[in-house]
Amino acid sequence: MRIHFKTSYEHDIRLFADWWSFFVYAALIVVAVALPWIMDEFYLGEVTNVLIWAIAGLGLMLLTGQTGQASLGHAAFLAVGCYANVIFMELGLPFLIAFPLAGIVTGIVGTIIAIPAIRMHGIYLAIATIALSILTDDLIVLLEPITNGVSGKFAPTITIFGIEIERWTTPDRFYWLVLAVTVLCTLAYRNLLRAPLGRAMAAVRDSEVSATAMGVHIARTKAASFGISCAITGLAGALMGFYAGAFNNETFSIVISITLLMMIVIGGLGSIHGAFFGAVVVAFLPQALSIAKDSIGGGSVAIPGLETGVFGLILILFIMFEPMGIYGRWMKIRIWFELFPFARKDMFKRQKSYLKTERLR
Amino acid sequence: MSALLDIRNATLKFGGVVAVNDLSFTVEEGEVYAIVGPNGAGKSTVFNLISRFYDPFSGAITFDGNNLLDRKADEVADLGIARTFQNIELFEHATVLQNLLVGRHRHRRTTLVEEMLFTPRVRREEKRHREAVEEVIDFLDLQPYRNKMIAGLPYGVRKVVEVGRALATGPRLLLLDEPASGLSVEETQDMRWWIDDIRKQMGITVLMVEHDMGLVSGVSDRVLALADGAKLAEGTPAEVQSDPAVIEAYLGAGAA
Amino acid sequence: MEVLQLLVSGLANGCVYGLIALGFVLIYKATEAVNFAQGDFMMLGAFVTLGLTNAQYMDLPFWVAAPMAIAIMAVLGYLLDFFVLRHLFGQSQTAVVILTIALGFVIRFIAGAIWGHEPQTLESPLAVGDLRVGGVVLGMADVAVIIVTVLLTLFLYQFFQRTKLGLAMQAASQNQMAAYFMGIPVRRVQGMIWGLSGAVAAVAGILFASKGAIDPNAGLLGIKAFAAAVIGGFGSLPGALAGGLIVGVIEPFAARYLAAGYSQIAPYALLLFVLVFRPHGLFSQVRTKKV
Repeated sequence: MRIHFKTSYEHDIRLFADWWSFFVYAALIVVAVALPWIMDEFYLGEVTNVLIWAIAGLGLMLLTGQTGQASLGHAAFLAVGCYANVIFMELGLPFLIAFPLAGIVTGIVGTIIAIPAIRMHGIYLAIATIALSILTDDLIVLLEPITNGVSGKFAPTITIFGIEIERWTTPDRFYWLVLAVTVLCTLAYRNLLRAPLGRAMAAVRDSEVSATAMGVHIARTKAASFGISCAITGLAGALMGFYAGAFNNETFSIVISITLLMMIVIGGLGSIHGAFFGAVVVAFLPQALSIAKDSIGGGSVAIPGLETGVFGLILILFIMFEPMGIYGRWMKIRIWFELFPFARKDMFKRQKSYLKTERLR
Repeated sequence: MSALLDIRNATLKFGGVVAVNDLSFTVEEGEVYAIVGPNGAGKSTVFNLISRFYDPFSGAITFDGNNLLDRKADEVADLGIARTFQNIELFEHATVLQNLLVGRHRHRRTTLVEEMLFTPRVRREEKRHREAVEEVIDFLDLQPYRNKMIAGLPYGVRKVVEVGRALATGPRLLLLDEPASGLSVEETQDMRWWIDDIRKQMGITVLMVEHDMGLVSGVSDRVLALADGAKLAEGTPAEVQSDPAVIEAYLGAGAA
Repeated sequence: MEVLQLLVSGLANGCVYGLIALGFVLIYKATEAVNFAQGDFMMLGAFVTLGLTNAQYMDLPFWVAAPMAIAIMAVLGYLLDFFVLRHLFGQSQTAVVILTIALGFVIRFIAGAIWGHEPQTLESPLAVGDLRVGGVVLGMADVAVIIVTVLLTLFLYQFFQRTKLGLAMQAASQNQMAAYFMGIPVRRVQGMIWGLSGAVAAVAGILFASKGAIDPNAGLLGIKAFAAAVIGGFGSLPGALAGGLIVGVIEPFAARYLAAGYSQIAPYALLLFVLVFRPHGLFSQVRTKKV
């Protein structure tokens, strides 16, 4: 077991707990950068997909995992980011301006939507965001002059300083672009967590009353969380557009919203790792299922609803037996090895309590 | 005499029930002032009035010359009023350190963008917050729990963490809502020393609600006895304890 | 006349929404959780009835199959609570929300695997014939739906207001700990509520399938039932029905009088409108937490 002897206040403020974890993450980055030389194009595409989902997951994680506001409508913000980015590029803006601008626009849209949403609690917020997700589909159709409605739009080719980046012709460059965005978003998220705003968000999540008593402005904190969450999600949406190549009103459906929320729960609510673990599950589940189908001789028979059904089942099992998600399980295994042979089963026991309602009648 | 907190003719009704009835009292700078009374006497309601969770039906509350009724609940901390809760309200899924750091929120000077980039200024500020929080941790002997999650801590420690979180805000007035309830005899003893030190070493004025008369008479300068939201008696602990009206409210008519 | 016809078909649809919303409210009242799979429960109830009564499956008489299906769904609801939801004791509301959404996916998959994805029609005696009143032609099914719904709502309302079990369920929903100390078997009461809501879902499913074809995705109309429950105010049984009727009636009128594209968003727009101005529903019950 590694024991941290704190020698200065800087210790907990640093990005990495110690040299060891710095090396682990540095090695991870090196491997990630070198991936196009190791993997074939198909799997590189899949990894790109994982990273895009992970960015979207980070966005929702900030809102749901960190601030405690469950959103079932985040596909709407994927859509805003995606359409905004492509529309800016069609207007002639270069990618390097259009892309961040799309994130900012999505963040502003999210903050505006947050103004009524922050007054809603628990299930009401969940239901309102479901409605939002459904409305997005219809709104994209209604806004046909801008969005091209049902026929949809095609993602243009990205050009950064003369270098052309395209999902199919240059998958390695597209992968590096996505990787760069992933690293930047992760860093920004990590920075927030070790700064006052990130702590204020956790405070709002765990107890609004005492957060208020500590001087945290609940509405402002929630609005900030919505804004940043939606901005990150918008960036992911823009990348998703490039990844898909073409998109229309049905690309960002309610199912995507729900999948996104389930993904971060499976990964582990409240942790950065969780977004990545969950993304791996979402992106590789279809592959795993088709491999499993092949091996039992199912062949190419399409079974509708299989993916979502299995995904749902995995989620149910996680909520029942490992509410902390894959990240929670991972931590337990790590602690078990670090303490070996002194780990005890009751170390991880969950507290059970009777529910006491906040409702009066 | 300088009154730090002045509550004048405060009245609060819930529906038809009068929770606080024409209550007036002042807390002087540097003293420990305790509110006692049977359950339902309106003690916690007084705290919630000061915290601005409730609006008084009528009356005035001033803190150091500021009209508290002009402030929102999240602006109270900024004036230098910190509090604990009767049924501990900590941030369960965060560490002790993070809980205390939330206490520093009112000293936040950095903006969202700076924090996302973690600029040198944010780093400097963070270090400043850490120093302030470490002082509280040393003061309350919380070192062994610094990086522990609240969810796994024993009740007694949580109570102390809550006091620590309130101290981390750097308050002038500390409101303690039943600091000793649920604590063991030893823990209550510790709490008593800490309250003493908070006043003497840190110069913080303490207003507390407490049932444990041992603790109350041990640390407080003045005591207010409440019954049905109204003032029953006020004075030194000894005076209040020997007041016939108080004895009657506590033990029932005929016992006195 | 046209208005009247739109109104009746809207009311009949609204009753189905109302019944699903009733299921939400039942569970919300008793457990503070929301069963987002209630729409899929409805779909499953319809398919179970269809599987029991249709000629190509078990070919039982409808009046035998319908009570059986209701009983089966009640048992399923109870078992679901027993095997799954009890493990969530002490977890947040959000966990239950996400779990039931996932459950909906699983139910949809299972129903598709058993009964296929082609729309099927229930051979229901309710589905035959029209009723002519003056110049208005009313489907028998629509009329039956309205009558059954009103009766069921009245029955449930009485049940919660008058019977000991109903009161116990309400008590358990307000403060589990206190209810437990008062000698109410909190866990078993919760199981019964889930069973009851399964039964209500089965009734809704039978009525819905009597009005038209069903397929595994029929449960998605549960989303409209959310709108109903929110508009009516979570926690009120008659409110849920009223909300269902409002949504049901708005739909055909919006389709008739609004431009295409705007009509299908009407219920959701109304839902958002209600939530923005009454963040806790029309008949708010949530107060701030006491400290």
